[in-house]
Amino acid sequence: MLKIDDLKVSYGGIEAVKGISFEVPEGEIVTLIGANGAGKSTTLRTIAGLVKPASGRIHLQAEDITALSPDRIVSKGITLVPEGRHVFPDLTVLENLKIGAYLRHDDLEEDLKWVYDLFPRLKERSWQAAGTLSGGEQQMLAVGRALMSRPKLMMMDEPSLGLAPIVVKGIFDIIKEINHQGVTILLIEQNANMALQTAGLAYVMETGRITLSGPGRELMKNEAIKKAYLGK
Amino acid sequence: MQYAISILLSGVSLGGQYALIAIGYTMVYGILRLINFAHGDVFMVAGLMTVYLSTFLPIYVCLPLTAVLTVLLGFVIERVAYKPLRSAPRMSVMISAIGVSYLLQNLATYITGGLPQMYPQVPGLSASVTIAGTSTKWVTIVTPFLVVALVIALTQLINHTKIGMAMRAVAKDFETSQLMGIKINNVISMTFIIGSFLAAVGSMLYFTNYQSIVPLSGALPGLRAFVAAVFGGIGSIPGAVIGAFLIGICESIIKGSDWSVFSDAFTFALLIVVLVVKPTGLFGEKVTDKV
Repeated sequence: MLKIDDLKVSYGGIEAVKGISFEVPEGEIVTLIGANGAGKSTTLRTIAGLVKPASGRIHLQAEDITALSPDRIVSKGITLVPEGRHVFPDLTVLENLKIGAYLRHDDLEEDLKWVYDLFPRLKERSWQAAGTLSGGEQQMLAVGRALMSRPKLMMMDEPSLGLAPIVVKGIFDIIKEINHQGVTILLIEQNANMALQTAGLAYVMETGRITLSGPGRELMKNEAIKKAYLGK
Repeated sequence: MQYAISILLSGVSLGGQYALIAIGYTMVYGILRLINFAHGDVFMVAGLMTVYLSTFLPIYVCLPLTAVLTVLLGFVIERVAYKPLRSAPRMSVMISAIGVSYLLQNLATYITGGLPQMYPQVPGLSASVTIAGTSTKWVTIVTPFLVVALVIALTQLINHTKIGMAMRAVAKDFETSQLMGIKINNVISMTFIIGSFLAAVGSMLYFTNYQSIVPLSGALPGLRAFVAAVFGGIGSIPGAVIGAFLIGICESIIKGSDWSVFSDAFTFALLIVVLVVKPTGLFGEKVTDKV
């Protein structure tokens, strides 16, 4: 579905991504794991159109979407749940969801119901300012907001960051549920354990390069991975 | 008593006119964190436009046309002088704004030859009226009502429309707004369009009252409106409006006293006091960096 070819990205004079190629097959949960500063976030931000690549191509299905503007990328069906959630704190929960559907001009009722079914907590708080939600609720809102654009591919940047383990488990259950409903997921995580368990396909990124790939559960058995990322 | 009423009337009216300018400052600051120094001069240019248009067009055509042209001017200024500097340091944009301000003032000097221009009479607004024994122009009475109506319309736009929601989102977070599919540049242009429109309306009211326009006519009202915006808490629209009414009333009271020469000194002393004592102003948001 998404195909990255020899992508290079420089960021503030440093080459953060040094020529990576990978694929995200339709209907899968794919994860990119790696240490801080490996270039994972930069990769997602480049796909989302926030950062322009130095070279390389990004294809969605057959279409070249390299260096399109972020709004064009959203309209193609790719959405990014940013690191640190970044809900709009002064907007209500409902407004945050509506703004996720900013480019759409059709009826939102059905999608609101979908998101509220996934996250009943958001429904209870729909009139509350998003800034008053807890960290876990804000993460739910960020995911719900992304879903409101009716994405084909949802990219998630560190959804577990700063959340309690029980909340993290809930978030990953939801990710699987969303995937079951037909949304392809590209996930980056420092919580490699959780990510590898969930992902059908995993890539390991180290200092701007992809060094390993394979099905998530197989990578969990890999000795080098165990040592570097799973703390075993 | 009569004297007090006349001072209050002119203060409220002046405050309303400042409010219309102050909203432009505060909205642009809210989104771009930029003090748009050219805004006062846009206000002056709007006045000059009316002067020149009225030489060959009837006044009821020339006022709406002025509004349209002022909006266009604000839009073009943003696209030409600020947009190319979007990722530059904020200081560069501010210098660009100062540059635009001088450009407009000098263009006005060139076109008018530096001579004061007389603002045309606006039927209805320029006529005299007597209220509680005080004689004043209709514009004094109309201004506060018109300002309140415009502010209500603006808050409705910001709180209850899609573009208003986008403006609130962009003001908070450029990047996440982009991820929602919002075209940042369109939202910023919209802000300048609204600000310029209100400045155009402000110029109609202000220059109907103070009829002579020189190239520097935008500078002082602009600065006073800016002080009002800071006083109310820059970035806050209700703050700017309330700040402007307070500044207008104070100015009117001081001008009516023996201390009239100090009226501007008072305004700017107030600016200093606000900046020292409560930099966020009356309604400004506290800047808290949440980790």
